Amino acid sequence: MDNHSTPLLQVEDLRTRFHIPEGTVFAVNGISFSIKEGETLGVVGESGCGKSVTMLSILGLIPIPPGEIVSGKAIFRDRDLIKLPESEFEHLRGNEVAMIFQDPMTSLNPVLTIGRQITETVRTHLGMNQEAAEKTAIELLERVGIPEAASRLGNYPHQFSGGMRQRVMIAMALSCNPSLLIADEPTTALDVTIQAQIVELVLHLREQLHMTIIWITHDLGVVAGLADRVIVMYAGYIVEEALVDDLYENPCHPYTVALLGALPRVDRRRDHRLNSIPGAPPNLLVEPHSCPFAARCTYVIDKCRVENPPLLSVAPDHKSACWVDIKSSTTGITR
Amino acid sequence: MGDAVSATTNIPRLSQDEIESPPLSLGQLTWRRFRRHKMAIFGAVVLILLVLYSFIGSFFLSEKYANYTDTNLRLQAPSSTHPFGTDSVGRDVLARTIYGGQISLLIGLTAVTIETIAGVLVGAAAGYYGGWIDAVLMRITEAVLNIPELFLLIVMAKEFAGKIPTITLLGREFSGSVIVIVVIIGLTSWMYLARIVRAEFLSLKENDFILAARATGTSNNGIIFRHILPNSMAPIIVTATLGVANAILAEAYISFLGLGVQPPTATWGNMLDGANSYLESAPWLWFFPGMLILLTVLSINFLGDGLRDALDPHSRAV
Repeated sequence: MDNHSTPLLQVEDLRTRFHIPEGTVFAVNGISFSIKEGETLGVVGESGCGKSVTMLSILGLIPIPPGEIVSGKAIFRDRDLIKLPESEFEHLRGNEVAMIFQDPMTSLNPVLTIGRQITETVRTHLGMNQEAAEKTAIELLERVGIPEAASRLGNYPHQFSGGMRQRVMIAMALSCNPSLLIADEPTTALDVTIQAQIVELVLHLREQLHMTIIWITHDLGVVAGLADRVIVMYAGYIVEEALVDDLYENPCHPYTVALLGALPRVDRRRDHRLNSIPGAPPNLLVEPHSCPFAARCTYVIDKCRVENPPLLSVAPDHKSACWVDIKSSTTGITR
Repeated sequence: MGDAVSATTNIPRLSQDEIESPPLSLGQLTWRRFRRHKMAIFGAVVLILLVLYSFIGSFFLSEKYANYTDTNLRLQAPSSTHPFGTDSVGRDVLARTIYGGQISLLIGLTAVTIETIAGVLVGAAAGYYGGWIDAVLMRITEAVLNIPELFLLIVMAKEFAGKIPTITLLGREFSGSVIVIVVIIGLTSWMYLARIVRAEFLSLKENDFILAARATGTSNNGIIFRHILPNSMAPIIVTATLGVANAILAEAYISFLGLGVQPPTATWGNMLDGANSYLESAPWLWFFPGMLILLTVLSINFLGDGLRDALDPHSRAV
């Protein structure tokens, strides 16, 4: 692959578990990926597949206990974030790496004005005084498209709509010019039209600020318009990794195929029923030894039930974790 | 906004002013709910009057006068020269209720300050950090709760009595016993607040905005004091308000037993000390300080009740 640029973030064999009274949850089971400077990486998968846990592990935001990062490295600018002490994390988070969360309705502190919440970040990280911080806050709010920004600094989160709050969250995330922005399903809680505005805004800001973005979502449509490369996750594993166009045109993992098949499309007949994936995701309380998707897979062979396939290259810039070459396979359905 | 629409509907139309007025702030909402609470308004007004009584009164009667004894004038019934009568050593009861009020109210406020600081620190640390810190702090809290407060007060008051020198503050002399009482009351009353604060922190720290705050690099202290604490102010304010009443009562108990603030410094509590010998012969000895304690505690409780309703975020009333 490209050796000419070192990746901004390189994650290797990350394993995160949660010890709960019912047993151990195998949330993330040895995933590796990297992201280059300026790239936008989409991470897709259904709820509970470990997308958010992966990102929270990288940022040291997993509550320990019950969480435990069993193994793994996350090299960000020559530092291993997994082993980083908390005091250094405080300097890193919000400053070099910023995160936007899923639900803007609950991610802002209800009793603090948004001005206070934005200025706090810049004051901590950039050491500005209150006056300069407020000026920065106004610029940031204007940049994310909040009208009359100066007069809204004194407002509380409940005085903003959902879309506006997500813009505020984005403004906060951008306040220290982070080199990496992790967006954890930032459009999931919003109306479709607002979603489009937020995606538009992030695209615009990416251009302006040359940000590297990891965009977590379960909306394949959003990823298609946004990402350069996509990781598909299932039950704590990466099952497929490919450039975005390649993934949509040439999916190699049965799960990806099934996911794409479940998407509603404007060019289908209205009475066409959406395909669903039979069965349910595996119980994460059991340590997996087989392919996690085997029970739901239409291409399944005996080997799938005894051995978990590794993530291997199937084409340049395209990896998949499947024992079956589904293109030549005669079993199963075709899309 | 066509004529047809306004003619056919009964929807109340907002005036231009109402449409353009900014939304109510948290403080305004609280005030709106608070002022509906008649008893709380009554409590607040009476409290203000009591504070004025204790502090403005001192401009008319000096402390020297309040502590001046004249055995020729002992146990005089209320008259025009001594409106509240005189006590068993001939001191003017009116002047003593004024200066006693200052001490009683000050003891109430400072003891609650200590209580609040201790309770918030213990509760916040226990609730936020959890784990063994929580376990240790909560066991200590329970242990202190299990000691009968009054006995602890009496024993500690006896133990420390006379060991603290008199200090001068704001031009007044405070006997060391005042400080002893304040510290003792503060240190024996923080447990309920600690439990309340812990419970608040336990639930508040699970909020998304706390994770979001951590993701922007906010330190633990920043999250505890700038993010979670402001969210749990309502129960803290209410508990602290009611704590003032309890502190004043606690001071009255131990002063009544002769172990509290030592004469000549007057408090409403130590004015009652000895009054029990003259229950029938000199009722003005207990009536005036007793009434003042009753009024203060009652108004604080009404005020606390009103604040509880007004600050309750679940209250729908506007």
